[in-house]
Amino acid sequence: MNSSFLLSSTTFIYALATVFYIGSFAFKKQTLSKAGFIVLVIGFLDNSAGIIMRWIESYEMGYGHAPFSNMYESLVFFSWTIAILYIFIELKYKESIIGLFVSPLVFLAIAYASFDPNTSSKISPLLPALKSNWLIAHVITCFLGYAGFAVSFGFSIMYFIKPRNPQSESIFAKLPSWELIDELTYQMVVFGFLFLTIGIITGAVWANSAWGKYWTWDPKETWSLITWLIYAIFMHLRIMRGWSGKSLAYISILGFLAVLFTYFGVNFLLSGLHSYA
Amino acid sequence: MKKNKTIPEQIWQFFCSARLAVYTLVILALTSIIGTVVLQNGAEEEYIEFYGHGWYNLIKAFDVDDMYHAWWFLGLIVILCVNIIVCSIERLSTTWKIIFPKKIIFNPDRFRKLKNLEIFPVKKTLLSLSLEVEKLLSKNVGPVLKEETGKSVILYAEKGRWTRMGVYVVHTSLILLLSGALIGSLFGFKANLNLDEGKTLDTAILVENKKPVKLGFSIRCNDFNVKFYDTGAPEEFKSNLTIIEDGKEILTEDILVNHPLTYKGINIFQSSYGSAPPDSVSLEIFGQQDKTALIRTVKIGEEFQLPDEETIFKLEGFLPHFDFNGHDLGQAFIGRIVEKDGKSFQIGLPLKFPTFDKMRKGSFAFVIKEAEQKHYTGLHITKDPGIWYVYAGFILMIIGCWVTFFMAHESYFIEIETTGELSSNLYVSGTSNRNSHGLKIKIRKMCHILKG
Repeated sequence: MNSSFLLSSTTFIYALATVFYIGSFAFKKQTLSKAGFIVLVIGFLDNSAGIIMRWIESYEMGYGHAPFSNMYESLVFFSWTIAILYIFIELKYKESIIGLFVSPLVFLAIAYASFDPNTSSKISPLLPALKSNWLIAHVITCFLGYAGFAVSFGFSIMYFIKPRNPQSESIFAKLPSWELIDELTYQMVVFGFLFLTIGIITGAVWANSAWGKYWTWDPKETWSLITWLIYAIFMHLRIMRGWSGKSLAYISILGFLAVLFTYFGVNFLLSGLHSYA
Repeated sequence: MKKNKTIPEQIWQFFCSARLAVYTLVILALTSIIGTVVLQNGAEEEYIEFYGHGWYNLIKAFDVDDMYHAWWFLGLIVILCVNIIVCSIERLSTTWKIIFPKKIIFNPDRFRKLKNLEIFPVKKTLLSLSLEVEKLLSKNVGPVLKEETGKSVILYAEKGRWTRMGVYVVHTSLILLLSGALIGSLFGFKANLNLDEGKTLDTAILVENKKPVKLGFSIRCNDFNVKFYDTGAPEEFKSNLTIIEDGKEILTEDILVNHPLTYKGINIFQSSYGSAPPDSVSLEIFGQQDKTALIRTVKIGEEFQLPDEETIFKLEGFLPHFDFNGHDLGQAFIGRIVEKDGKSFQIGLPLKFPTFDKMRKGSFAFVIKEAEQKHYTGLHITKDPGIWYVYAGFILMIIGCWVTFFMAHESYFIEIETTGELSSNLYVSGTSNRNSHGLKIKIRKMCHILKG
């Protein structure tokens, strides 16, 4: 049993969970979504075990570092954070239908890690600059933030497919009330914002102890700031200007696109200090 | 509303709108993108090659080649700061009265009309219920206010009034960390210092204008080490440094990437390394006649007499690129041979070809036995008196965000109404300044407990 077996099996378990959620929705069967939730939890446990195994393996190889050091590891962890956040929401709000909008994201992140030919799953040693306890704090908080935004993105999609007419026969009429969608989207943005803030701050403190500068306008930093600004705009529009519903959902979607660009785009298109992660 | 406002009033009005905040944030977000796409702090030729002359003039005019320090970008940040300060002053005067009221009052009619109002009957007397509710509220919420009329009792409790301060804490933290950044750029410096092993220096070179800056003490690099993984990637750089002040050795410490050294407010970071010229070499000297070999270690600048007691050899220096008939032979020592008649000539001793000098077929041949490979350590030296403001801003921002987003000012209202000797009706509702859904769940939980 090694980490790569555990993590590839996680990919398939998450795929199965997604299929169950879609099935539950398409056939209007509550039991299927219950099954989906159980499968998702199993996938999450598998995912956790995989991350821990990988951590142990890196020590066995003599490198000894937390599994947060490259694209593959961050994607695997991204799946993990979205999954744990979703499990928490389903347990709290008991609305299993929203799993339909989140489980595909959980699956896609880890599937991308496993199947993208450019993403190496090899455990490699850490560069001197990455050898710091701040690495763990920085990565965990950033990805919790990203996960919050990913889930809020999933919820925002609901604004565009839920029919306005409550008597509608559409299968999307079963979606949660407008009030709850609104509340959940906001809660997730707030969660993401808090953790992105902590993520940026831990990154700044780390940079200051490694290089003597807490902010250098490196493209990754700048894009994380742009993301932060977009969500700051989101909150000011909601609280101070009374925006809600669809117009606010556009901002949340735009914010998530900025997250994706911060995460992937910067690595592929722009260069900087984070090009290794 | 007055129609004619004075100009200061208009300016105040302009800066206290939330709309201005949103626009400024949008412009900041959009313009920030530019600097991630256009090369920053590049050389003139790079821009001209990539964008052409016309665009380059535009780039220069708006400082787009260093846009995060351009006047207009800093101007946007200043607008944001003024906006935050004015907004906070404007709103704080009202919020202050809410946060610190002379007396807490509540309006029962408002709570009876709330959407989350729950009504249910309980088979208990007014008195016992009232005690039960009071206990529940004081345990879970806070001090209970009680209003009794003949047939009913109203109980009210609230918590987290102070959490309304959260948003001001967040805004203060932003001002604090921006002022920290300003203090750092005005009174601090960033400099680099390349220090050869064994050397001592007291001056670094500023990053922004390449001017020298005195540190107030000297740094000696005793030793530098670099370790590599099997893969060839660097594993660790380490410098052993000694701080010397007024001729006294103050402290000696190892610094690594992520483990800087701080002395008298000046931070010393391990940032890079490179090879430094060796200062001595061990040479094997072959005489043409007797074929005996002599080994000698010579320092640069040293000279000595060769075994024939007439010729003198002087080690003149070290070149990173030794040119021999148009070929670059790489790193080499340069020596000079002075013959007894005073005639002298230079010889090169490349490290890559230790026996190179044998080809000269002179009366003596110099073969390199060993030259210690020396390094220099690349130090980044900073002074940032603003850092504590920035860190205080960071901590306040996290606390402020936590309070603002995850805590709320919640009020609970419970009315008990007698409907018979052993039966009462309960009315439960509440308000929260945020997270109304979370409150609804809490109210339902409370009802569940009261139903028994």
